[in-house]
Amino acid sequence: MANGEVMIEIKDLHKSFNSNVVLDGVSFNVTEAENMVVFGRSGTGKSVLLKCMIRLMEPDAGSVFIEGKNVLNLDLKELNNLRKSIGFLFQGAALYDSMSVRENLEFPLIRNFHLDKKEIDKRVHFVLDAVSLLEAIDKMPSELSGGMKKRIGLARSIITKPKLMLYDEPTTGLDPITSKEISALITDLQHRLKMTSIVVTHDLLCAKIIADRAIILDGGKIVKEGSINDLVTSEDPLLKNFFSDEIIENNGSMK
Amino acid sequence: MIGGLTTFSIRFLKEVFIPPYEVDQIRKHMIELGMKTLPIVGVTGFIIGLVIAMQLSPVLKRFGAEAFLPGSVGISIVRELGPVICALIFAGRVSSGIGAELGSMRVTEQIDAMEVSGVNPFRYLVVTRIFATTFILPILTVYVIFISLIGAYIAVVLVQNMTWAYYIDRVIFAVEFGDAIPGVSKTFVFGFIVGLVGSFKGYTAENGTEGVGKASTSAVVVSSLLILIFDMVLVKLTLWIWPTVK
Repeated sequence: MANGEVMIEIKDLHKSFNSNVVLDGVSFNVTEAENMVVFGRSGTGKSVLLKCMIRLMEPDAGSVFIEGKNVLNLDLKELNNLRKSIGFLFQGAALYDSMSVRENLEFPLIRNFHLDKKEIDKRVHFVLDAVSLLEAIDKMPSELSGGMKKRIGLARSIITKPKLMLYDEPTTGLDPITSKEISALITDLQHRLKMTSIVVTHDLLCAKIIADRAIILDGGKIVKEGSINDLVTSEDPLLKNFFSDEIIENNGSMK
Repeated sequence: MIGGLTTFSIRFLKEVFIPPYEVDQIRKHMIELGMKTLPIVGVTGFIIGLVIAMQLSPVLKRFGAEAFLPGSVGISIVRELGPVICALIFAGRVSSGIGAELGSMRVTEQIDAMEVSGVNPFRYLVVTRIFATTFILPILTVYVIFISLIGAYIAVVLVQNMTWAYYIDRVIFAVEFGDAIPGVSKTFVFGFIVGLVGSFKGYTAENGTEGVGKASTSAVVVSSLLILIFDMVLVKLTLWIWPTVK
């Protein structure tokens, strides 16, 4: 799937909150069009890693290169320009409460791109169709279920045609069926739009569906890297213990 | 908190002059905040005018100065009561609302989502609100002063036989330019305080829904306190610039 060119390069990333070390020298690469899953238990710094990558949080040390640019050295204008080419799906979807679904989707286009009304409408309908929620176009976020919010959040993330997608726990809080649907939808969109993606999750089923490659984060460090199947079948006691817990949590979904 | 508020207001002053100016958002907030506060400040202003006239009437009578009642009431309302009462009610209604709204957006990652999409959330959410509160409060204050004078007239009519035209004539005679302009002008500062504190508390909220509640409550407390402190400073300043004792 990946074509071999490095798109993201993270080197020796550190982040602490007072005495609590969350990221302790994290380094990895993601190649173009690759789906990388960052896997780990809750509270191991997965979301912090994503937020440090686009400077929603400032890391203490290290570097993050996206398409050769060190994100940590960019000024605000350059950073905002880079962010326009990145999509981010938040854990709770983060839809703007005061705006309808249509306004949520139009917002990044109106603010950042000089598109005419016709093109904006076309894109809104395209992404809503992609997430199978055309009928929700005039609804408010408060009228949507958790799964629908995630889909609309996903639609808003891809409407700007980003080169890179970052997913923060895309299936958290969803029932297993909806969770599987969202994972399949993410994979489908990845294939159709040819995006590079990093998916942070602790959901093994989601990881299994999405991942080309996965890393396991524990205690602020990467403890293992490889394909999901390699990691699941590993004889490493830490991984065996980790995945047995996850399989129980997912009710045997790996079987 | 003082350091945070100072940094926040410096950031506001830096960003307020940078385009795009978000005129539509400012207009939307001004209408929303103004309409939301109009009934409560109107009722409060009416009652304050009525009560202050009722209180002053017997006191002035004691000194044989009942004829000064419209003027005394007018000066009290225009110089101090109208602006300060209106600002305090506005702080209670609006500062808490802004704190809760932005706080909720912060803890549900809506502000982060805006930032990630390449939009400057500070300019879109904060600058527009502070700008709106700064310019809507003086308008509300003029309205409150007018309603208070009506309330005071009703109290005056109850104790003295006085026509509305004579009453207004006496008020206008007593209230000078040096009373009206500083009284209303200081509400620009009060409006700025309400918007600044509400936005600061909401924008920097943390710890989930508990943090939103705290942001909302402390926005009211801090902005009310700052209004009273700045009133003290501004009264001294205006008396120095605009001495009214001839």
